[in-house]
Amino acid sequence: MTDVHVVGVGMTRFGKHPDADSTDLGAQALLEAVADAGIDPRLIEAAYCGHVFQGMVTGQRVLAQVGLAGLPLTNVENACSSGATAIREASFAVRAGEYDVVVAVGTEHLTSQFRGALTPDPSDPEAAVGATMPSVYAMRARRYMHEFGMTREQLALIPVKNKNNAALNPLAHFRTRITVEDVLESRPVADPLRLHDCSPVTDGAAAVILMSDKAKKRFCDTRAVRLAASTLRSGSVDVEPTSMTFEPLTRLTAQDAYERAGIGPEDVDFCEVHDCFSIAEVLRVEGLGLFGQGEYPAAVQRGEADLGGRLPVNPSGGLLGKGHPLGGTGVAQVVELVRQLRGEAGNRQIEGAKVGLAHCRGGKAVGIEGAACTVQVLTR
Amino acid sequence: MPRPTDLPTPTPRSSSDDQVFWDGLAEDRLLLPRCTSCGSVFWHPRPFCPECSCTRIDWFAATGNGTIYSYSVTHKAPGNWGAHAPYVIAYVELDEGPRVMSNIVDADLDMLEVGLEVQAVFHAGADGGAVLRFTPSPG
Repeated sequence: MTDVHVVGVGMTRFGKHPDADSTDLGAQALLEAVADAGIDPRLIEAAYCGHVFQGMVTGQRVLAQVGLAGLPLTNVENACSSGATAIREASFAVRAGEYDVVVAVGTEHLTSQFRGALTPDPSDPEAAVGATMPSVYAMRARRYMHEFGMTREQLALIPVKNKNNAALNPLAHFRTRITVEDVLESRPVADPLRLHDCSPVTDGAAAVILMSDKAKKRFCDTRAVRLAASTLRSGSVDVEPTSMTFEPLTRLTAQDAYERAGIGPEDVDFCEVHDCFSIAEVLRVEGLGLFGQGEYPAAVQRGEADLGGRLPVNPSGGLLGKGHPLGGTGVAQVVELVRQLRGEAGNRQIEGAKVGLAHCRGGKAVGIEGAACTVQVLTR
Repeated sequence: MPRPTDLPTPTPRSSSDDQVFWDGLAEDRLLLPRCTSCGSVFWHPRPFCPECSCTRIDWFAATGNGTIYSYSVTHKAPGNWGAHAPYVIAYVELDEGPRVMSNIVDADLDMLEVGLEVQAVFHAGADGGAVLRFTPSPG
């Protein structure tokens, strides 16, 4: 069976795009990925498009805009893991030997759909009591503070780290450095979370070109990065919400990925994780086994997750700093991994990185622990 | 009878399988499902056991007492909840075991804390349904 390689990456600026739609953004990212790979776009044999709220046949619109109409195209919706799931499906088609060159794109024009907090599906009982995504994560933050003694100031160090990384990323939604005081003085959203603890409503798209061994050797051998694992799980039934401070779903999906890639958490040099809220980064890296349970806040305080630290977390700025266009998010994480592993990450470059991990987790349905979780491992 | 409230109180869509639960609320009673095979008491109400998939479910009257497992004072919300901010969302750990997400009402926000004892209150919806909420226990 062939390995799967990422040979080209593209990404729009993340932020507010009042003059574009999800088709424009997806097309821009796709063309940039083709140019980055340095290939004739007519080599592409199939396409996969992740998005959440962009409506029917979004992927077909993107293809038509770039002159690739007619290709087999699969639209993928898997909440915040939609883009990552599109990459996984694309990689399967290559691994199975069906295609040698495929593209996965993730796109979302979210500012035209939402203002402020996302809420559960109206049919869920949680919606009847006014639950919002920030309030659910706020309860997880408070419980984590109660169980592990994390302080509000320690939690603030996560948006500070990620937004300061984003200030180094020309494509990030936020480009301004912030301080702990800025976080603590931002307006309350769902106590104890404040505005700087929450990822923004963002428009954006990203795309990656995947190739088989054979195509990679022929067309673009030198800058390829291997997709060593791309795993997916959905949440199992929660008898009672037992998982407020630990994520079995993240742990299981990561174990699948480590096994597939033939590595352990100790081999990961850096990661992009789903920090939709500040507390989410804590729960994710501990669920991934990259830090021990209850230990991440102190590790952040020691600088271990900084760009120059032992294990940089969210060097791109993460969802908090770079932004969170749902369908685009998982693909953009892989774009960052590839740029870091190639040594093309500019002034946020992590020196000598060989193994990068990306984690997405999204969706909420009553009675299950999370809806969709993906972990991807890329190696150089 | 459930008491009137100005908080948004939609009656969640109910299937015939959990009608027992909603009918209980309308009579100021918190009825919880218990699996007759493995004995699990679970939330949310549903017609099978999430532990062992058994479909023989027994409904019993819970005390309505519990403690706050975690909570958040929510300041910003879209839709019809926005006008009621700040309001309190909490996970309440019932004495019978399950953790239930609902609102804490009629509470001094400064006295809220993890572990605070609360008890069930029943709010009437505009369409005749009822919703389970909690309030700090007296004393």
